[in-house]
Amino acid sequence: MAETTTFSGNRALQIEEPLIFELGSAGRVGVDVADAPPVDEDRLSGLRRKAPIGLPDLSEPQVVRHYTRLSQKNYGIDTGFYPLGSCTMKHNPRLSEKMARLPGLVDLHPFQPQKTVQGALEVIDTLAHWLKGLTGMPAVAMSPAAGAHGEWCGLMAIRAYHDDHGENHRRRVLVPESAHGTNPASAAMCGYSVDPVPATDRGRVDVAALKAKLGPDVACIMVTNPNTCGLFEDEILEIAEATHAAGAFFYCDGANYNAIVGRVKVADLGVDAMHINLHKTFSTPHGGGGPGAGPTVLSEKLAPYAPLPFVVHDGDGLRMVEHPESSGGAKPFGRVKGYHGQFGVFIRALAYILSMGSDGLRQASSDAVLNANYLLARLGGTLTPSFEGPCMHEALFDDRFLKDSGVTTLDFAKALIDEGFHPMTMYFPLVVHGALLMEPTETESKETLDGYVEVVKALAAKAAAGGAADEFKAAPKYTPRRRLDETQAARSPVLRWKPGSNA
Amino acid sequence: MRYLPHTEADRRAMLAAIGAKDVDSLFRDVPAAARLDQPIDLPRGQSEMEVERALSRMAAKNLSAGSVPFFIGAGLYRHHVPASVDQLLTRGEFLTSYTPYQPEVSQGTLQYLFEFQSQVAMLTGMEVANASMYDGATACAEAAVMAARVTKRGKVILSGSLHPHWRETTETTLKYTGLECETLAPDPLAMEDLMGRVDSRTACVIVQNPGFFGGIKDLRPLAEECHAEGALLVVAVADPVSFGLIEPPGAMGADIVVAEGQSLGMGLQFGGPGLGLFATRDKYVRQMPGRLAGQTVDADGKRGFVLTLSTREQHIRREKATSNICTNSGLCALAFTMHLTLLGETGLVRLAELNHALAVRLETKLKRVKGVRVLGNSYFNEFALYLGEDKDASEVVDALAERGILGGVAASRFYPEWPELRPILLLAVTETTTESDMDALVAALTEVL
Repeated sequence: MAETTTFSGNRALQIEEPLIFELGSAGRVGVDVADAPPVDEDRLSGLRRKAPIGLPDLSEPQVVRHYTRLSQKNYGIDTGFYPLGSCTMKHNPRLSEKMARLPGLVDLHPFQPQKTVQGALEVIDTLAHWLKGLTGMPAVAMSPAAGAHGEWCGLMAIRAYHDDHGENHRRRVLVPESAHGTNPASAAMCGYSVDPVPATDRGRVDVAALKAKLGPDVACIMVTNPNTCGLFEDEILEIAEATHAAGAFFYCDGANYNAIVGRVKVADLGVDAMHINLHKTFSTPHGGGGPGAGPTVLSEKLAPYAPLPFVVHDGDGLRMVEHPESSGGAKPFGRVKGYHGQFGVFIRALAYILSMGSDGLRQASSDAVLNANYLLARLGGTLTPSFEGPCMHEALFDDRFLKDSGVTTLDFAKALIDEGFHPMTMYFPLVVHGALLMEPTETESKETLDGYVEVVKALAAKAAAGGAADEFKAAPKYTPRRRLDETQAARSPVLRWKPGSNA
Repeated sequence: MRYLPHTEADRRAMLAAIGAKDVDSLFRDVPAAARLDQPIDLPRGQSEMEVERALSRMAAKNLSAGSVPFFIGAGLYRHHVPASVDQLLTRGEFLTSYTPYQPEVSQGTLQYLFEFQSQVAMLTGMEVANASMYDGATACAEAAVMAARVTKRGKVILSGSLHPHWRETTETTLKYTGLECETLAPDPLAMEDLMGRVDSRTACVIVQNPGFFGGIKDLRPLAEECHAEGALLVVAVADPVSFGLIEPPGAMGADIVVAEGQSLGMGLQFGGPGLGLFATRDKYVRQMPGRLAGQTVDADGKRGFVLTLSTREQHIRREKATSNICTNSGLCALAFTMHLTLLGETGLVRLAELNHALAVRLETKLKRVKGVRVLGNSYFNEFALYLGEDKDASEVVDALAERGILGGVAASRFYPEWPELRPILLLAVTETTTESDMDALVAALTEVL
């Protein structure tokens, strides 16, 4: 049912764009490089490349146009409302981008003598100071590169603590079934077995079940709070107390920390370790899937096991500790990545934090929760909320409102795309059927939310009226590509371009 | 606050629609004992101008690489990034999009990832590459875990040629997995002999080429030995520009190639974020960690791209996944692929030749400095300079810095426990190094030694 309405296949601003491999012409170049004298092969151990690489040759104007056109096939926060639950798609301030490009910050090598990078160490130290102050936790491991990496870092510290205290029999980790998939995967990487904890019909951890599973072989619990249903675990103090009484640690998945910044100090919840997604809570860009950063705050007990490197105050200046021997008696469990952490992300997060301040950060959490509850209230009568409110920063619905319509959660989401919105998160968390998880974030105006609510209501009404299933299944219709065949992609994988491939 | 759109009237109207008295009441599930009723005692918000001032003050305390003669490498290289790369990176549709889970509105990201994967596979001489990992060090650790999974064996051999951070990250990652690391001594002369070490328990050998100290090795004999014993050969590469001049690992028998992609597109950024390149053979693709973009067709039969083979990943497989990794380094992969597309075959080969030629030029100039010599007999754009038995390279680095020269990095910064490495200075050059930079280094070295 391809609509050929133009000779070119283009549709005005939607322009078809070939692969770079289909654009090149040998001998063109997009960068002027000075001529080199002939290569001294002796100095290459006779290992000069024999065959050509096969890369296409393009000029700068072709390259600029290629990527500009590709960008126009993407939806970003800058484009419109992006209520992707659990992902925190909020406005990314451009000041952060500008600061991250100051030559005095970006053009630094991690192995320069430390006295030539005192300002860079100050960026790291100042951000660490804020993260500790906001959470009430005494220490923070800055180097994890992402949320999952931070989870693993926290669990490694827990494992190192237990090994150091003769408790290496603690090998079981309790993980609620509503958890992100990274939680059990991170636990497995630390040699832990994963024991799932069921949820109650209130969408929260079943505390009785959790208590029954606690025992002398449990290393820690991993609880997301606010949880993946967008609810605050209201029995969290009891959970923490029982966990500690069993000699285990409380790892908090901080993916949803953005709901409570400045309204709760996580130290007051009994947390021993928690990663913070700087790319969510502190508004650094998601960049189409990274880079992120996942600094992990640690309690007094776990702090000595924090990985290398870390910054300490030393005399008049700051010092980056890179080896256990110079760590002042700490017992770092190792190193989690190269160099000194996601510095470029740190600059952006710090620029955001300094802009917001403690008052602005508290207001941001408040508005994020207000916006989610507003969606819950306005859509509650049309869609089917999974749990009773109030919610925190995201509103969860299930697919009961689509019952007998022939329309699935997926179809509904795809129809939203044609209406100019990015869909909500679908089919997560797994604990409700056909989940639709909406996270509006604090940077969306009431007008945007109202516009979205009207469209969702209209689509729900259309689905409920019946007879529209085929139309929903045909959505999206106005995108550069319509629904893609994921089965074919997985069954006969084509993961790269090859010369002569008829792509 | 400039990022928050609500007026007080908006907030009142929304609370009325919710039927809540105030925002505090929305937080009623938080235990009262843990609720804060005031902002935390930290500084209040600031204007753009004030924040710019604060960060510019911090920036001014640093000596930026571009402002002085600069010779530091050791895994991160200061190449010239074309202006259009950064300009295009800031396009909001790239910068502010999420992981491309909705392919119909993410074809931009998915197509550049597909192109990126293709370029990485070509550069490394491998069949397939993923959409990237956090950095070279974590990619290296993931390669070790993957090799153990493929071979169902428990021992990983880490060559002394491997970057010390990559080695430490790999050792840390394996620490509690039940896998064993056999780590060899640092190898400044590229004399290490791995033949005979590989046995029936070995999952893989991980070597870096060019090595951390610069040496380039023919890996074919080692690959043969690994394959004869049923082990995999993992090759690590620190500067992808070297692919323009040196025989790729895939052509020498590598099973997995990991590399740090930072040197194309990204600049130094004090070492992060990086870009982990990860490539392997088709037959191992289902054991590979990380995201993959793949080609398919849409409902109209038009070519399009999606994320694929996700049954390897944590959101499906949970504790049985190939890795816990959830993100890739999307924007860094974009910077890399844009820079490489600008270079093309012609530009990359020229750039690699120029880098090597400049390193040779520096070696020649250093012959004027008494008592120093380059270790080993091969290198790409970085080599280990031996300063003399009683010399301490870290003191030399400090003395050079006093003279306004960022003159390489002392091997002892990575190996404090190896006194014999104290006289070794690692020096890197790139196309950004000028003739006068080299002359300044040579003059200053003559002075401080």
